[in-house]
Amino acid sequence: MSLKSLTKTWEPMSYGFLDASAKREIRRKMLKAIAVPGCQIPYASREVPMARGWGTGGLQVSCTLINPGMQVKVIDQGADDSVNAASIRKFLARVSGAPTTMNTLEADLIQSRHRIPEEKLREDQILVLQVPNPEPLRPVQPNMSIARQMHADADYGRMWLQLYEQIVRSGRVMQGASYPSLVNGRFVMTPSPIPRWDVPKMDMAAHLTILSAGREKRLHAVPPYTRVEPLVFDDVPYRVEEHAALTCSRSGARGFFMNEIPQGDGTSTYEVSDSELGVKTIRCRDGEAAQVGETWYKSGEMV
Amino acid sequence: MTVVTLNAPQFVDTKPLLTARNVCKSYGDVRALRDVSAVVYPGEVLGIVGESGSGKSTFLRCLNLEEVPDAGSYSLDLPDVQGNLFDLDRYARRMLCATQIGIVYQNPHLGLLMNHSSSGNVAERLLVAGERSFDVLRDKARDALDASEFPLERMDAPPSELSGGMQQRVQLAKAIALEPALLLLDEPTTGLDVSVQALVLDTLKRLQQERQITMVIVSHDLGVIQTLSDRVMVMRHGQVVEQGLVDQVFQDPQHSYTQQLVHAKL
Amino acid sequence: MTLVLDIRDLDKGFTMHHLGTKMAAFAGISFQLHAGEFLLLKGRNGAGKSTLLRTLYRSYLPGSGEILFHSSHGVIDLARAADVDVSFLRKTEVGFVTQFLTARPRVSAEALVAEPLRLSGVAAGEALEEARHWLDAFGVKRALWAAYPTTFSGGEQQKVNLARALILPQRLLLLDEPTASLDASARAALIDRLAELKAKGTAMIGVFHHPGDVAQLINREIDLTPETQSQEEREDVVV
Repeated sequence: MSLKSLTKTWEPMSYGFLDASAKREIRRKMLKAIAVPGCQIPYASREVPMARGWGTGGLQVSCTLINPGMQVKVIDQGADDSVNAASIRKFLARVSGAPTTMNTLEADLIQSRHRIPEEKLREDQILVLQVPNPEPLRPVQPNMSIARQMHADADYGRMWLQLYEQIVRSGRVMQGASYPSLVNGRFVMTPSPIPRWDVPKMDMAAHLTILSAGREKRLHAVPPYTRVEPLVFDDVPYRVEEHAALTCSRSGARGFFMNEIPQGDGTSTYEVSDSELGVKTIRCRDGEAAQVGETWYKSGEMV
Repeated sequence: MTVVTLNAPQFVDTKPLLTARNVCKSYGDVRALRDVSAVVYPGEVLGIVGESGSGKSTFLRCLNLEEVPDAGSYSLDLPDVQGNLFDLDRYARRMLCATQIGIVYQNPHLGLLMNHSSSGNVAERLLVAGERSFDVLRDKARDALDASEFPLERMDAPPSELSGGMQQRVQLAKAIALEPALLLLDEPTTGLDVSVQALVLDTLKRLQQERQITMVIVSHDLGVIQTLSDRVMVMRHGQVVEQGLVDQVFQDPQHSYTQQLVHAKL
Repeated sequence: MTLVLDIRDLDKGFTMHHLGTKMAAFAGISFQLHAGEFLLLKGRNGAGKSTLLRTLYRSYLPGSGEILFHSSHGVIDLARAADVDVSFLRKTEVGFVTQFLTARPRVSAEALVAEPLRLSGVAAGEALEEARHWLDAFGVKRALWAAYPTTFSGGEQQKVNLARALILPQRLLLLDEPTASLDASARAALIDRLAELKAKGTAMIGVFHHPGDVAQLINREIDLTPETQSQEEREDVVV
């Protein structure tokens, strides 16, 4: 046996970009996060060739989870083809050799910024969400040491106070994205800046969601089949954006979360935010072979 | 000085609501509290007087479980409340304070979120106790503010926009919102205009009579203590020098320090 | 006759720490008082009449001796009774009538008068009605009932004070010159009320500038002026 047979040949970088110890750390922290749903777990957060705030947290998790047998999908605000999504997808493919896809149904690993796809995810899929600010208590408690004690004590009265203040001042809950939600009846988490529309999709979902904040060096998780309840008053129901009656001007899809496209005459048209769903709808309409999977919302109603 | 020892209660057979024994607290070399003991019966108002630095506010903070003393015991005779409260962990302490102890500070910044609505400040107490209905929160906050004689048309104004007297009323409403067993008042009217002070005192007196709230009030103002208290405890250098019925202590003070204090009253 | 008060060898002095002196007020006082009895305390100024009343009420802490009060709950020594017991008895069985009203800001005359009744457990509406009756009896003008007594004249304040102090029938009533600054009709109302309470069995000890006002009520007199009381050697002297 020669020494050479025991060593690897030199490579310009580790598999999946991150070195083995960094990946091991993240794997351990992910397991911890899954074991305590909704609890923020600190991790080292290494440098990746991308600026903090552009999805470095999600990217580190994706780099750790990825293997050549996985199909990777990357979305930015619902779109697969935005610059950021395209760059991250290309990067992941290059460092891992994993094939990429835009089809939600085919994807094994989905890294997303600010949206959960409209098509239902399965048990064998993992959703990685990029989180700018993982601490839901930050608006009510700037001191992070105290905020951590509040999590430990499940002292979340201030979160409801925030909702109370919004209703008193504006007549309704103003929290649009990052709607604070109680995970497994214990920890309040921020579900990353997904719209209110997407929060109910997390409740008892079949897939695993990992939420990771690179700049803040924290990750948390929603394991499969875990309760996720947006914080609401008993007598003020949770309301999603009123997009149920809107129709996509390009695909004709109806009853999904829409992007508003302002027009020159002051009116607006809408197009479906989940770009791949729009593409599939158009293909179906044109008679091409495209399969739209089961969706969370049907006719604009969460089922 | 001859120390007069009184007999144990003979007719009043209710147990004291509050019993604190031999509470000691030092800050470095400064002995802020030396073996301070107190009992307060249900519905009774205990006044604590003394000059600045006498330890009276430190003692009140201990009773509010904000401060952990070096030694001593503290118990409240309430269902589901057992043992020495100084031994409670942070969580149990928080829940007990939220549900059973209300406090009004001299400085409203200590007790209020200055940029939240006044009603929200009151509602926070109820939220900590687990109330999750917006309408109930609103109604209870309104009731508590009303009982504190706060003008309801301003109930959603933040305390930062209110006068000192109004801020004290918001604190009071917050303190009584959950109908606590014990209400602690730390110089509640110090720093207010005389007229406003009288109004706040009047509100306190009326609330006390209507609801039979057990109170401990700390003040260096003998007039405030005289108006509100049944019994008074005189503190100096972290020790209790004298205690008794408020008219007895003020009309027939036994200790030389109490005599000085009473004679210095305007 | 039912014994209400049994005072044994009561002694009171004041220590004035800033002068380093002691002053005796009275010593060796002993007497008994029965239900429905009216006892007049006499003596020249400074003889300790008011001091004795206040000592019995426990506003002053006696030096030695016993004040055995036969309450409806049993016998208790007021000289050394626990503060809570004294508070309790003051609410229900022992009354003190002074010549001054302790008015509180923003409390109406009628509310002030009704307060002792409410504290003893009478419903608010009933207490208020009773309060109005007594304000009327003592000649307080109807227009003033809902007003704040802080601004009343001395005479009107005193009427409110009496109505408040006498509204609740007590077992023992201590009267510290209640007739001072009263007009004739109020004085008559006061004496009527005292007679009524006396007939119901209230034992009374009073100090009056003009004992003639209450002459028909008086059963016994005690003179506290030193030379008239053999058991008293003390004077208002610095010991």
